[in-house]
Amino acid sequence: MSEQTIEIPRRESSILLAFKSLALLRESAVGMVGLAIILFWVLVAIFADLLAPFPPNATIMPLVMPGTEAPDGGMFLLGTDHIGRDILSRIMHGARQVLIYGPLATVCAYSVGIPMGLAAGYVGGLTDEILSFVANVILSFPVLVLYVIIIATIGASAVNIVVAVTFASAPGIMRIVRGLVLDLRSREYVFAAQTRGEPPWRIMAVEILPNARGPLIVDACLRLGYVIITIGVLGFLGLGLPPPDPDWGGMINETRQMAMAFPHMALFPCLAISSLVLGFNLLADGLREVSLRD
Amino acid sequence: MMIFVLRRCGTMVLTMLVVSLLLFLLLEISPGNVATKVLGPYSSEEQRNLWLEAHGYFDPIYERYFRWLGNFVIGDFGDSIRFKVPVGEVLWPRLANTGILALATLGVVVPVSLILGVLAGMREGSTLDRTISVSSIVTTSVPEFASAVLLSAVFVFLLDILPGTSGMSEGFDLKQLILPVMVLAVYDFGYVTRMTRASMAEVMLTHYIRTAVLKGLPYKTVIARHALRNALITPFTVIMLQINWLLSGVIVVEYYFAYKGFGALLLEASLNSDIFVIEACAMVAVFVAVATQTIADVGYTYLNPRIRFS
Repeated sequence: MSEQTIEIPRRESSILLAFKSLALLRESAVGMVGLAIILFWVLVAIFADLLAPFPPNATIMPLVMPGTEAPDGGMFLLGTDHIGRDILSRIMHGARQVLIYGPLATVCAYSVGIPMGLAAGYVGGLTDEILSFVANVILSFPVLVLYVIIIATIGASAVNIVVAVTFASAPGIMRIVRGLVLDLRSREYVFAAQTRGEPPWRIMAVEILPNARGPLIVDACLRLGYVIITIGVLGFLGLGLPPPDPDWGGMINETRQMAMAFPHMALFPCLAISSLVLGFNLLADGLREVSLRD
Repeated sequence: MMIFVLRRCGTMVLTMLVVSLLLFLLLEISPGNVATKVLGPYSSEEQRNLWLEAHGYFDPIYERYFRWLGNFVIGDFGDSIRFKVPVGEVLWPRLANTGILALATLGVVVPVSLILGVLAGMREGSTLDRTISVSSIVTTSVPEFASAVLLSAVFVFLLDILPGTSGMSEGFDLKQLILPVMVLAVYDFGYVTRMTRASMAEVMLTHYIRTAVLKGLPYKTVIARHALRNALITPFTVIMLQINWLLSGVIVVEYYFAYKGFGALLLEASLNSDIFVIEACAMVAVFVAVATQTIADVGYTYLNPRIRFS
């Protein structure tokens, strides 16, 4: 029997399972609301060029309240900021930044954390001791402090934000994966694979990891929300993406001093980021509810 | 038990060593910046080099690290580059300020989230449960900087009943504490509530609760005497870990409200490569992290006799 014949049905079943869990999600109203919010922002991000009424960095008319008409006919639906950029357009383009770097940073964190967790949980012994100690060292450090020091030291840029988030989130992911592996490694199908003489990496990747995916998907949704908050916080502290590009956290930071006179400038980016994080948290809650049901 | 605590202390010392060494190395990446930040962008190359030499920056890194370590052990934290005073002089008052903020926040979060969590978990799936669960997700989804802006807009701009900054420049003022505590509490209570709810819901499904209900005890007695004791074990651990979270969670709030606390100090030190302040703050952070974790674990075994150290 060749390996091909084993793998094909397995792959089908996992696709089928994914569809099944999506269908199950329809039973959770909370999850569907979350999914709708996320899809809304994804569409806004994709079609930002078509939807945005003005270029995001164009300075047109400063300090304009929401609903004012623009000199060339358009309308500033959400007003403009202190140097005259349309807030609606900047929020739409900012969605693009958040939805690129948030998931990117999360994926990077998982691609570091999962192998570490698999190794610590499956190999055990000294490997586990060392990896767990490294994780504890990083986790005993307040996360935000870690971000600030890394970013303040190596400078603020999109890549550095991804690096900082990966560095700070990977240990947490490692702990979760390790816990799941410790539970799964004494299952019969793992013993069966060991008896077949499969190499450890294959057992980890093919036997254990797919069976740990349920909790990991829920965790990924929650974590994505946290990462988006973190990117926002970094922008808010002035350590986010370099200035001219629209960044929700940065928009709030730039305009919060004027929030007393022009509250709309900081208010709308706040609502944008809160709603997106809410979307991911609701989706995570829905997925958990659905996965607990069976 | 004693051995467990001693082992934790050992871990703490080891963690402190590793963290402090990592920080030294991390800050070593950009040494030239320190002098520029202290002397200003218009200082000459010569002035910067003189300053660096006077502060021992040209010594090899291991020498500087061990010099710092030796001083740290005997309680001398070095001088702050930015504030130009011994680190202790800025660190302890700031830490006390953050302690006040954290205590006030916990004073709000703990009762509110325990009550809401127990109410929600008591009857899983009820309207009350759904309302509490969803609203705790909503409040946790609003980042602190966003709720700070929203709450300031309402209470400072619209109603004009609270001050917008909390600098405490004219002595301690309770009014200035309200908004920061509100922002922290709104963000934090959702998580504790959800953990309490999950714990309570689990307890409500156990056999001993069913027995208590079936033998005809009043519902109030079942909850107060049988369910609560067991349901509050997990929240205890969660609350201990919130203390650690508060230490770094306050950065945003302190920055926004100009509150002179530990988080704001650390942020300022990080932005200015103020190495000895960063190191001292990091050591405090590691200490609090390990200490709260240890108290949580030890307390857990007291509350839950089924678990014993092995």
